[in-house]
Amino acid sequence: MNDMRVLERAVDNQDLKIAARDVDVYYGTTHAIKSVNVEILDKTVTAFIGPSGCGKSTFLRCLNRMNDTIDICRVTGDILLDNEDIYDAKVDPVQLRAKVGMVFQKPNPFPKSIYDNVAYGPRIHGLSRNKAELDEIVEKSLRRAALWDEAKDRLDQPGTGLSGGQQQRLCIARAVATGPEVLLMDEPCSALDPIATAQVEELIDELRERFSVVIVTHSMQQAARVSQKTAFFHLGELVEYGDTSQIFTNPQDSRTESYITGRIG
Amino acid sequence: MSDATAETPRKSSLYRTSDRVKRRNRSEVRFRVLGLTAIGIGVAALALLVISIIGNGYNAFRQTYISIPVELTADRLDPDGNRDADEMSRVTTFGYAPLLAQSLYTYLQDQDISMEGVSPQALMAMISQEAPAQLRRSVLDNPEMVGQTVDLEMLANGRIDGYFKGRVTMASAELDSNVTPAQLQLAQRMADAGIMATRFNWAFITNPDASGQRPEAAGLGVAILGSFYMMLVVLALALPIGVAASIYLEEFAPQNRFTDAIEVNISNLAAVPSIVFGILGLAIFINFAGLPQSAPVVGGLVLTLMTLPTIIIATRASLRAVPPSIRDAALGLGASKMQSVFHHVLPLAMPGILTGTIIGLAQALGETAPLLLIGMVAFVREFPAAPPEGLFDPTSALPVQVYNWTQRADPAFVERASGATIVLLLFLVFMNAMAVILRRRFERRW
Ligand SMILES: Nc1ncnc2c1ncn2[C@@H]1O[C@H](COP(=O)(O)OP(=O)(O)OP(=O)(O)O)[C@@H](O)[C@H]1O
Ligand SMILES: [Mg+2]
Repeated sequence: MNDMRVLERAVDNQDLKIAARDVDVYYGTTHAIKSVNVEILDKTVTAFIGPSGCGKSTFLRCLNRMNDTIDICRVTGDILLDNEDIYDAKVDPVQLRAKVGMVFQKPNPFPKSIYDNVAYGPRIHGLSRNKAELDEIVEKSLRRAALWDEAKDRLDQPGTGLSGGQQQRLCIARAVATGPEVLLMDEPCSALDPIATAQVEELIDELRERFSVVIVTHSMQQAARVSQKTAFFHLGELVEYGDTSQIFTNPQDSRTESYITGRIG
Repeated sequence: MSDATAETPRKSSLYRTSDRVKRRNRSEVRFRVLGLTAIGIGVAALALLVISIIGNGYNAFRQTYISIPVELTADRLDPDGNRDADEMSRVTTFGYAPLLAQSLYTYLQDQDISMEGVSPQALMAMISQEAPAQLRRSVLDNPEMVGQTVDLEMLANGRIDGYFKGRVTMASAELDSNVTPAQLQLAQRMADAGIMATRFNWAFITNPDASGQRPEAAGLGVAILGSFYMMLVVLALALPIGVAASIYLEEFAPQNRFTDAIEVNISNLAAVPSIVFGILGLAIFINFAGLPQSAPVVGGLVLTLMTLPTIIIATRASLRAVPPSIRDAALGLGASKMQSVFHHVLPLAMPGILTGTIIGLAQALGETAPLLLIGMVAFVREFPAAPPEGLFDPTSALPVQVYNWTQRADPAFVERASGATIVLLLFLVFMNAMAVILRRRFERRW
């Protein structure tokens, strides 16, 4: 664990972006998330870590109501985005998801061209007035996802023809292109090589200037490298949440300590 | 390491096949032989079917004609002499028939062809009863023809035609009250002289049905149009309804008892015998809604009911085959449910939907039983008008025409029925080829 150096980046923003209050999630009778309270700051990278099956993805999916698509899933408690309850009856999840973008655990590009993949979000949200603007958005997004150099000559080829890692970066570009305020990333680097991982981490760091980023990761090193805040989940509970430097150097809970030193999980 | 795995591995040469592997290979070979046999039996059965149908039916596409010059004498066809079609129409086919017989008689005499053993009546019987009717129609269409001598090509009687196709022989003619060996011998002499010839018969495709005495004139025109109109109705109704229902059930409907019940019922509907749909159609569309009998619109509606389950089942299966991650991706970008379905899921499911639809249509095209119940079995000689009015005109349908012809006494109709089967099969092959092409076309995009 020699590269466990925690970047001493101060959390330079204390504005609250998302607040979860007493959130419980049930899949049928399975209690997947147990009374989680967490406050996610604006312009900050927050990492969710924890052993497999502890509910990181589940909680992440609550933040943009992707759990609505699972019939048996039931969410209770309040999740506030900019002080508005996203589970309020008045809220249209479609509008919410335009603000809270998501990159999934498995790359899932549309079986369309690379260009159309990235342009889809801007198109349906009317973010560009003409083709030139759309081209610009596509290029900028692909650049940010570190895919531009590889993809610029084959924009009209299917996104599904890319390698796994390239597909994941395409999905990131696609999510970024919509211009979300919060970007949720579920293990975005699990299929990437170290170079692409470094590029994505750079991207995440860059995104922090404008968005709030929540990233689920199994790599402690990654959490340490990119995040300012870290939340440790265990068996559906939020065990510990705090500054990344504090979690990794001075965990308060014994379970956190065991996990980051590799004894559980 | 536990003791069990610490055992020293047995050494064996890779060049020697072990007994276990040999057994495995043998069973694999057995399975392959089994599979090949199964395919062989299937292909052989198909080949047998195709060969027998083509062997029986290809003669329906050929027809024997008598070509002679005929003088259209004015005093017979236009007694008033003013070439007015209305007045000329008072002369019935019985006025035309002797004219043809007379012309044939004189022509044979001129050509020195012996009419030994064939009375003038028997000579007249060698011409199809349809021939005077056809001549009358063309004369009424062009009254100027009267008074001229025209080269006519007239249908030979079905039995004479059968002689050239091998269906009627001298021996069978002995026993047949409708034809004598002398007539056949004369026909042979006429063929040798080039007066009588068998050639390709477009009329089989374009003509309407003909009565039981005139198999040589019977065609599939009305039946093909009727089937085509019904397919239009089925396509226009079943595709949108089926796809909309499937999308709703698959993508939008909540999972509950009610939707489960619907699902079970749709699967059951697919297994309902088609004649039941005919009874339903009779009760609802004809008796209750008062739609006309024998009309393609009613046939189309009944077949739509029958095809819907097929389309729904195929569409749902192909919707379900679209990976959920695609839906998630679209929803995650802020697409609405509709957008995710119509932009991403539906295009991916399209090949399957089209295949299901075409298979459903092909099934409907070959369906006979329900059409019998709604009166599509009627004898129709009038061509229907163009759609949409034509949808309410009485027509026949291809499979019903096959059924109909096999019911008739004259063996010439058996040949016609086989010919109709060939046409039906060609349509089915065409539709299935379309299904394959469409699927390729849509799939090639990714
Ligand atoms: N669609 C679902 N239906 C039922 N149970 C589910 C579903 N998705 C997740 N679960 C359950 O919820 C719990 C948390 O799952 P989740 O996917 O959130 O774990 P995770 O922390 O993301 O794990 P990993 O690191 O392996 O991705 C697990 O026990 C899982 O079995
Ligand atoms: Mg997960």
